[in-house]
Amino acid sequence: MVEAGSDDIQAVTAALARGDIRACARIISRVERAEEDLVPLLRALYKAGGRAQVVGVTGPPGAGKSSLVSQMIRVWRKRGKRVAVLAVDPSSPFSGGAVLGDRLRMADHTCDDGVFIRSMASRGQLGGLAKAAGDVLTVLDAMDWDVIVVETVGVGQNETAIIRHADVVVLVQTPMGGDDVQAAKAGINEIGDIYVVNKGDHPEADRTVSQIRDMITLDHHLHPESTWIRPVVKTQSILGQGVEDLADAVQQWFDHVRNHPETAAARARHRVRHRTAEIIRDTLDKRLLRDEEQIVDSMIDQVVSRHRDPYTLADSLLAGMA
Amino acid sequence: MHKGKGIKVIISMIGLDGHTTGGEIVARVLRDAGFEVIYLGATQTPEMILKAAIQEDVDAIGISSHASNFHQIEYLVELLKDNGMGDVPVICGGNIPKHVASRLKGNGIAEVFPPGSSSAQIIDYVTANARGAARKSA
Repeated sequence: MVEAGSDDIQAVTAALARGDIRACARIISRVERAEEDLVPLLRALYKAGGRAQVVGVTGPPGAGKSSLVSQMIRVWRKRGKRVAVLAVDPSSPFSGGAVLGDRLRMADHTCDDGVFIRSMASRGQLGGLAKAAGDVLTVLDAMDWDVIVVETVGVGQNETAIIRHADVVVLVQTPMGGDDVQAAKAGINEIGDIYVVNKGDHPEADRTVSQIRDMITLDHHLHPESTWIRPVVKTQSILGQGVEDLADAVQQWFDHVRNHPETAAARARHRVRHRTAEIIRDTLDKRLLRDEEQIVDSMIDQVVSRHRDPYTLADSLLAGMA
Repeated sequence: MHKGKGIKVIISMIGLDGHTTGGEIVARVLRDAGFEVIYLGATQTPEMILKAAIQEDVDAIGISSHASNFHQIEYLVELLKDNGMGDVPVICGGNIPKHVASRLKGNGIAEVFPPGSSSAQIIDYVTANARGAARKSA
């Protein structure tokens, strides 16, 4: 195993900067294996990133997210953009295995050197992404992509981790998703910056579009301070219908935040807060749950015997991190 | 129990062979043994499978064959070698005549599983021969 020494860091950073796909793919594998010596590299890569537009795509299973992403890639490529995709599918809670089928929908772009697609299993992480997704994004963002798409697993009502990783969230829904009370519920319905009703040839599609528009209109009455009027785009991903409009809507979002730097800054700060909290949780998880450190073991024994309490143990661990 | 933990495998058809059932069953078998399977589906050229293998950094490639052009499988092995991916084994399964199976194995295909092969045989073979098998057992 190559140590991530400073030579390695420089070599990998340079390889990624010149678009070395194999280097990128191998680093992502190391990130997925959570190799501990990668942190210095990730530090360097984070500083090199921040140029790409990170577009989150989420929605229920079978809504057509991957097919839609494939169509969006087609439009972006026509507009001269280089696109990377991170597509997450669920791991089995029983075997830990997975069938990753997002790439299948994007096969048109496999031989295009301006497109990189990476599948990822969620490996037990809740929230719609994989634990390593944040670090993989750091790797991709250190390269020369114009757009990075993050496609979540098929989500239900409550998986909203994507808002902590993407600059803009495209929420893909389908007709017959429920009535206006469903549309009023908290959770997934709230997180779209852009709403898509896919399978637009369905007879109920227009009604679903109006329900979502009603919800958005009410939101703007209740929260008039919001400056972005969230668009609703009807698409039919199999035929590519509406996808130009969707790509336009994504671009309008980035134009909007350029004109409203306070929105962009608030988002960015929110993301850094959550990303940092995630790193702290991971670090603590490793120390506490891997059961390797004697000093932690002995503290745990003291809690078991009630000579100490878990609150004090938590304080000690946190103090030890700073 | 879950032998495939941490092993990434492509399952694909090649060329114009549109028979997907076998590949989908093997994908499920591997999933249930803990492998992460990237399922590419039908109408994949050798070049497409190569690109997917590089981008996904996979440890093995399984080609399900019902009526494939076997030269394309051999060409895939060549492409992998030429692109520094020669350590990723290509494994075939399906309706492959015996004499073709021995030809394929002579031309760099790692193993051929004929009809009647058991799930356990496939799982054990991939576990033992996937790239990074040494890393896992270390």
